Amino acid sequence: MEKELIQLIDISKSFDGQMVLDELNLNIHENEFVTLLGPSGCGKTTTLRILGGFANPDKGCIIFDSQDITHLPPNKRQLNTVFQKYALFTHMTIAENIAFGLKIKKKSKSYIDDKIRYALKLVNLEGYENRMPNSLSGGQQQRIAIARAIVNEPKVLLLDEPLGALDLKLRQEMQYELIRMKNELGITFVYVTHDQEEALTMSDTIVVMNQGYIQQIGTPESIYNEPENAFVADFIGDSNIISATMIEDKLVSILGTRFPCVDTGFGTNKPVDVVIRPEDVILVEPAEGTIQGVVTHLIFKGVHYEMEVEACGFEWLVHSTTLFPVGKKVGIKVDPFNIQIMNKPESEDEEAVAIDI
Amino acid sequence: MNKKLADCVKNIYIALIFLFLYAPIATLMVLSFNKSKTRAKWGGFTFKWYAELFENEIILEALGNTLLIATLSALIATMIGTVACVAMNGMKKRSRAILLGITNIPMLNAEIVTGISLMLLFISMGLRFGLGTILLSHITFNIPYVILSIMPRMKQLNPSTYEAALDLGASHVTAFFKVVFPDLLPGILSGFLMAFTMSLDDFIITHFTKGAGVDTLSTKIYTEVKKGIKPEMYALSTLIFVTVLFLLLLVNMTPSRKKQS
Amino acid sequence: MTSEKSKWLSTPYVAWSIMFILIPLCMIFYYGLTDKSGAFTLENVAAIASAEHAKALWLSLLLSLISTLVCFLLAYPLAMILANLQVNQHSFIILIFILPMWMNFLLRTLAWQTLLEKNGVINSVLSFLHLPNINIINTPCAIVLGMVYNFLPFMVLPLYNALSKIDENVINASRDLGAGSIYTFFRITLPLSVPGIISGITMVFVPALTTFVISTILGGSKILLIGNVIEQEFTQASNWHLGSGLSIVLMIFIILNMITSAVFDKEGTGLI
Repeated sequence: MEKELIQLIDISKSFDGQMVLDELNLNIHENEFVTLLGPSGCGKTTTLRILGGFANPDKGCIIFDSQDITHLPPNKRQLNTVFQKYALFTHMTIAENIAFGLKIKKKSKSYIDDKIRYALKLVNLEGYENRMPNSLSGGQQQRIAIARAIVNEPKVLLLDEPLGALDLKLRQEMQYELIRMKNELGITFVYVTHDQEEALTMSDTIVVMNQGYIQQIGTPESIYNEPENAFVADFIGDSNIISATMIEDKLVSILGTRFPCVDTGFGTNKPVDVVIRPEDVILVEPAEGTIQGVVTHLIFKGVHYEMEVEACGFEWLVHSTTLFPVGKKVGIKVDPFNIQIMNKPESEDEEAVAIDI
Repeated sequence: MNKKLADCVKNIYIALIFLFLYAPIATLMVLSFNKSKTRAKWGGFTFKWYAELFENEIILEALGNTLLIATLSALIATMIGTVACVAMNGMKKRSRAILLGITNIPMLNAEIVTGISLMLLFISMGLRFGLGTILLSHITFNIPYVILSIMPRMKQLNPSTYEAALDLGASHVTAFFKVVFPDLLPGILSGFLMAFTMSLDDFIITHFTKGAGVDTLSTKIYTEVKKGIKPEMYALSTLIFVTVLFLLLLVNMTPSRKKQS
Repeated sequence: MTSEKSKWLSTPYVAWSIMFILIPLCMIFYYGLTDKSGAFTLENVAAIASAEHAKALWLSLLLSLISTLVCFLLAYPLAMILANLQVNQHSFIILIFILPMWMNFLLRTLAWQTLLEKNGVINSVLSFLHLPNINIINTPCAIVLGMVYNFLPFMVLPLYNALSKIDENVINASRDLGAGSIYTFFRITLPLSVPGIISGITMVFVPALTTFVISTILGGSKILLIGNVIEQEFTQASNWHLGSGLSIVLMIFIILNMITSAVFDKEGTGLI
């Protein structure tokens, strides 16, 4: 891992007595694509605004390049932001928009012109210098907003749900564009979104947040395959979350049936939650399954069939490329390494605190 | 700390502006309780002028005229304006732009010019100057306020709801009154209130279109300016202001209560 | 809705506007461009050049420009503060500025007499604080004050509307790109509020230019504005032809003003 660029230490923030961030700690590395992911109101945008300098934390400090920037105004920070809904200057041309930051830094005209051309090329909008922002489509405006930020050569680019206002197809296109730009520029991206697919596609590191707490930090693979709690499991992708009992290491009782698993260290006869992804539930002939059930719903989803199977009093969500018609008796099998064991929270509050790091 | 200082300066600035805006109103209220008949001296506290107000037939008649004209002109202007808005919504862009342009004339034009122009019209029509001519002029300058407060709502209107109502079997008239009208209602109401206020406060246009012997409160006050204002007038305007303030507070409280329940 | 129907529905209003807006304006032009015998003449319009009228027009222009400027300078910071309150109190703020209208405007202006008089409230307060007294009653200064007082809301509301429409993130973006607050103000906030500024200027300048009431009440009887001259031609001298001629001159300024506002304020950030 490359060296640490930003450290958020014990950041707390409340609005009108309501806690939005509670002692949040987060390290961001150089050249990393970090995504803050969570439902609305989870504190991800506030975190970004604190990083950008648009909101002051009530407590805690921000270290940037081993320098305390907690009380630095936004115009003195070496990072730039791409805002939700673009926030372009509608009374200026595209070129003037992009040149804005450079003119403040008193760069020479030829330098600025070069930069504008370079930035427009980077975002695939060559020749748009003299257009006005309102004559551009949403996706184009978004690219200009990115161009306007990156010409200043920030060490970090903050992006606040930049693709939120675009339609699905354009959004997917822009995801690849962003990854390409990040690789080309070689700078750190801090990206805020509520779209888990976006986060999984683009990030090096995902920070899952809920109710002002960080729930889990990890690579997209680890977040998806090894969610640390029910919130993360539920928020990222579809999943079967079932109450279970850990009988001993590598053996869990799910719905009264013993399943071998690979997790250890949860103690004996301890109540836990297990997560099984729908694509990891294997449907077989009744005799071959660990437990038996009946298919109750069936939908064709294109890549796979989505089925619901009633077994041992639980509705199992199953993704499979093999069709089992409604009413058919089936057996369910799960590979041991596909059973993810999680500690059960005692209360909702603890659910949040327990994984706060 | 710097932010606190800035906030402090801001608050002082707002306070000063409001002092500027409301000082004359406070002055008038104080004068309505002044025993001395001249404005220059404080002669002690009294309710005398409030009592005398209700015996002063001239002022009461002017008040009656003012309220009558404000109510009628606001009502008629609201009706004409609402129909005009509905009509304009179905118009071609060009004709709508022309009509809206004409609508703007009384708002952007100087009141004195509007007043004079109407006066000349009424003279050449041979109308007798009086309440009728005042009413016609007030309706004229009120319609634009009504149209301008309904138009934005009209633009926000989702045409599909009207079509949905038709689709569900409503007639055009039913669809309008059940679906379109409720959406426009807030605009219509605020247009009516705006028109009522403007009519109540108008002096200049009334000044040119009223006949001899007919007075609204404004014109009554204007003739009294030179001779000296009767203190009953202060009492009356204080009463009006306090009533309106009370009503507005009441109205402003209601929606918040609704939200809570 | 069929265009047939809308034609039918628009009839009352179209008829009304022709009858009470367009024809009356034509009447002013008719009277202004004819003499008592009905013959065409430019005399009534040319009368503006006479010393007395030109002086009144000049004073009106001067005072209304000063009041417009003062209104702007007072209203802009106020509108900025109000727009930054960020509470969803749009209608409440408008209400505060409309509320004074429920006290008759003549009486409110008259109250300034009481406040400004030699032994009036303001001077009493100033004396109490051992500050020099002000004697501006019956001077152009008092008229400017009256204009600012009466028309300030017409400046504040469009500015407030324009400023609260500016996306907070646009300001943030400017700061983010390295601009200080002053640079941000002049390069971003001010240019983006131009529609509001223009519409505020329009709404203050016209009534200030044409008033005759404020000058009557606060200027004593000696100071004549162009509004006073026209009013007297109609109510006292009964020379409608001269009055109309002078009104035509006045309308030239009003039309110029309207054109400016139409060019700049395309979105209509007006009072409502």
